[in-house]
Amino acid sequence: MSAPILEVSDLKTHFFTRAGVVKAVDGVSFSVGAGEIVGLVGESGSGKSVTGFSLMGLVDPPGRIVSGSVKLDGEELIGLSWNQFRALRGSRIAMVFQDPMATLNPVLTIGTQMRLAISAHDKTSNRAADARAAEVLTRVGIPEAQSRLGAYPHEFSGGMRQRVAIAIALLHGSQVLIADEPTTALDVSIQAQILTEMRDLAAETGTALVWISHDLATVSTLASRLLVMYAGRIVEQGPVATVLRDPRHPYTAGLLRSLPATAKPGQDLFQIPGTTPSLLDPPPGCPFRPRCQHASEMCVTDPALEMSGNRGLRCFHPLRETVNA
Amino acid sequence: MSALAKTDDGSLSSRGFVHVRDVQKHFSPQLTLGDKIAAKLGARVETRSVRAVDGVSLDVVRGETLGLVGESGCGKSTLGRMVAGILTPSSGRVAVDGGPVMTDGRKIDTRVQMIFQDPFASLDPRMRVGDIIAEGPLAHGLTSKSEQAAYVAGYLERAGLDASLVRRFPHQFSGGQRQRIAIARALAMQPEVLVCDEPVASLDVSIQAQIINLFLALQRDLGLTLIFISHDLSVVRHLSDRVAVMYLGRIVEEGPAEQVYSAPAHPYTKGLLASVPRLVLDETEPVTLDAIEGEIPSPLSPPKGCNFNPRCPLAETRCVRDDPELRLVRTGHLAACHFAE
Amino acid sequence: MSDPVMKPLMGDASKAISPWRDLWWRFCEDRVALFAFGVVVLLVLMALFAPLISPQNPYDLSGLSLRDARRPPGFVGSGGYTHLLGTDAQGRDLLSAILYGLRVSLQIGITAGAVALVIGTSIGIAAAYARGFVETILMRIVDLQLSFPPILLALVLVALLGQGQAQLVTALVAAQYAYFARTAFGAASAERSKDYVEAAAATPLSARRIVFRHILPNAMPALIVVATVQIAYAIALEATLSFLGLGLPVTEPSLGMLISNGVKYMMSGRTWISVYPGIMLIILIVAINMVGDHLRDILNPRLDK
Repeated sequence: MSAPILEVSDLKTHFFTRAGVVKAVDGVSFSVGAGEIVGLVGESGSGKSVTGFSLMGLVDPPGRIVSGSVKLDGEELIGLSWNQFRALRGSRIAMVFQDPMATLNPVLTIGTQMRLAISAHDKTSNRAADARAAEVLTRVGIPEAQSRLGAYPHEFSGGMRQRVAIAIALLHGSQVLIADEPTTALDVSIQAQILTEMRDLAAETGTALVWISHDLATVSTLASRLLVMYAGRIVEQGPVATVLRDPRHPYTAGLLRSLPATAKPGQDLFQIPGTTPSLLDPPPGCPFRPRCQHASEMCVTDPALEMSGNRGLRCFHPLRETVNA
Repeated sequence: MSALAKTDDGSLSSRGFVHVRDVQKHFSPQLTLGDKIAAKLGARVETRSVRAVDGVSLDVVRGETLGLVGESGCGKSTLGRMVAGILTPSSGRVAVDGGPVMTDGRKIDTRVQMIFQDPFASLDPRMRVGDIIAEGPLAHGLTSKSEQAAYVAGYLERAGLDASLVRRFPHQFSGGQRQRIAIARALAMQPEVLVCDEPVASLDVSIQAQIINLFLALQRDLGLTLIFISHDLSVVRHLSDRVAVMYLGRIVEEGPAEQVYSAPAHPYTKGLLASVPRLVLDETEPVTLDAIEGEIPSPLSPPKGCNFNPRCPLAETRCVRDDPELRLVRTGHLAACHFAE
Repeated sequence: MSDPVMKPLMGDASKAISPWRDLWWRFCEDRVALFAFGVVVLLVLMALFAPLISPQNPYDLSGLSLRDARRPPGFVGSGGYTHLLGTDAQGRDLLSAILYGLRVSLQIGITAGAVALVIGTSIGIAAAYARGFVETILMRIVDLQLSFPPILLALVLVALLGQGQAQLVTALVAAQYAYFARTAFGAASAERSKDYVEAAAATPLSARRIVFRHILPNAMPALIVVATVQIAYAIALEATLSFLGLGLPVTEPSLGMLISNGVKYMMSGRTWISVYPGIMLIILIVAINMVGDHLRDILNPRLDK
């Protein structure tokens, strides 16, 4: 793999609330190469969205990035001033959110919004901006893009709106695109269209894609590598098929076993005992310990990331057998 | 799953425990005086009505679980609400055990209860959990003030929650727990039919598994007739005996769950199943997602002829001309397509 | 059914926190609003116990002496005590007059507010629940009402009905119920489409039960905000009417009337006769409004945790 375009080292983002410190992201490390698609999966409270926001510098008080490093093409992002980050955001690193209506301003036409997005980083004439916008819109699969520039967001369907949001994110040919649950709110048939388009786009443009989702199946169709998050850390990472077929971390295995897709119809699904931990002043040690069948006294200390080949694991008791049916 | 026998000749003349016959639901825009004036003056005012449910007939056998799948705009939620007695059909009949569910726009049969999608919205935030569960049974004489505590405790425990939680308020619980409270509330009315509208859609995977297991246990222990509405095909497959696929207000395919999933007869079902992402377990296999072309048409102006024809790979002129009827393709398996054989 | 997940499902360890107690705690977080609330409570208590704490009964004409009239603060009158705030044109101790005036103002304001609340809420909720033709008729009447300046309406009604407490309250209610109706309609309409109301309908529960057990309690926060602001407005409105001589009869002076009585002495330097009642009125209205403002802020829909 060539030099990674995005390198995250021991990222920690904490929220300093009145009730205490919420360690939303607590030591996340991974890297993404150009044109590569990685899937960041986890349930709610795992810290996956906050990781995405941290990469974009969008963490608002009472939260802030406490430590760690995020290098975009070798350039350190943490510690940049607001204005410096603003120059990067949208042009070299961009984000797509779950709800396209959150990205799109309902009172402005698509054309106007894209012009604004273009002019934020480039000085071009209106006509040139429109041409560029139409080109990107066509690329994400919006028919008759030129004439659609005058349309308002509410005139598009949900899937189309998300495509527009993706187009805006691609306007400046970003090196990294972070997608936070972009297809979760869409219908299955539309989701399938967008997934294939995103995959092709990433390959075409060489954009690195960080796909954040709770849906393992969706992520696995897109990504080449999987990063499983739990309680603010990446507990397992590796090539998608390998991790899904042969999970080493008890949480990953438990998650896979609780999917209806992996079980026989009518059979009780596997339940991971216990509940997701509170990220508020968490106790020391492995965060999965209270729910893990394999836990021992070793687990009172936080397992460090151990790499073996292209797989990473944070566990003292990795699983040996294949768990999947 | 269901231990009771079911009639499987699939003929529509057999009346099910839950009987839906030619039900339609139209939503017409409420035009105010201002709108009418504006329309006269030439403004574009929406006068078309939405045919949310456009002629649906269903029979669900007692003790059976029917999965109702479809994407947005297909009408599954609207249909569910009509079966549960919340919405009055524009035409057609909904009956449970031979008797109507609603009269004069009011629900009269308490044997059908409903579970809603959003556990954060389906519980009154100002009422204690115990009161939420006891409200219906008290109003309908299923329990009395003196027996209330024991009654509620029983149903809370059946839903997997500790009985000591009765005095708490909904906001003190997690999403999965709130859904259990909603289930306890429905069960406390001693229903025979449970309509579940996307009950696990907003829950995490691991919590989803818990609630799905709860539904499985309820099926076994209580012999409930379940109508399970969801857009998640794998969850529906896991719980259902029979599956009905809806598109733009109509049922396009209906049959035993295993058959519909393994040998779908309607092109939409085929397309839908092909576009569901599957866990990739083999890196050498190329991942293909066969997406259905095009967008779901607006329910305000459904296509002529077969609703699916603009997106269907098999479409011909016949499909634009003639609306296909729901016909028997195999025993107990129906599809609305000219080419389904 | 031994469910291994049963035991850990205990919810969080905190005890039941009722939404009302939660509201109170959040209210107390703002020191200024809490202070304003304290002021309101103090004023209400002062008004309640006015007969006990005021040095003189201003309605007792026999206790008045014209020799004490228009005396500045600090004057020791024929009753033998110090008139802390001076005396008015009839020789009444201004402090006592203010306390009694406060009492009357609050009485009128709260009564008018309460009656307008009940009438307006009933109309609003009825319109929201009935929908269709009933809703259209009711809300168009309310809209018509809202387009009238309340002062004008109150003036006309008082002129028609004559003077007296009941008439005044009627005029104020007529001028104000529309605000309650609008708010109640909005809140009830929003509640109507909530899932838990649908769930109640699915049980099924009677319309009466749904309105009183589900819609009304959840509409209460918005109504409380309107109520506080409207009470303040009623007090101000009554003061205006009294100032113009159209409010209560002279024998039961409210703060407005006291101000009115003293206006003609402003130029001659005897400002205290108007100014002190004026200050009291301002404190009262501002305090109530601050409480209402803060309530409105904390009751704004917040993002879920």
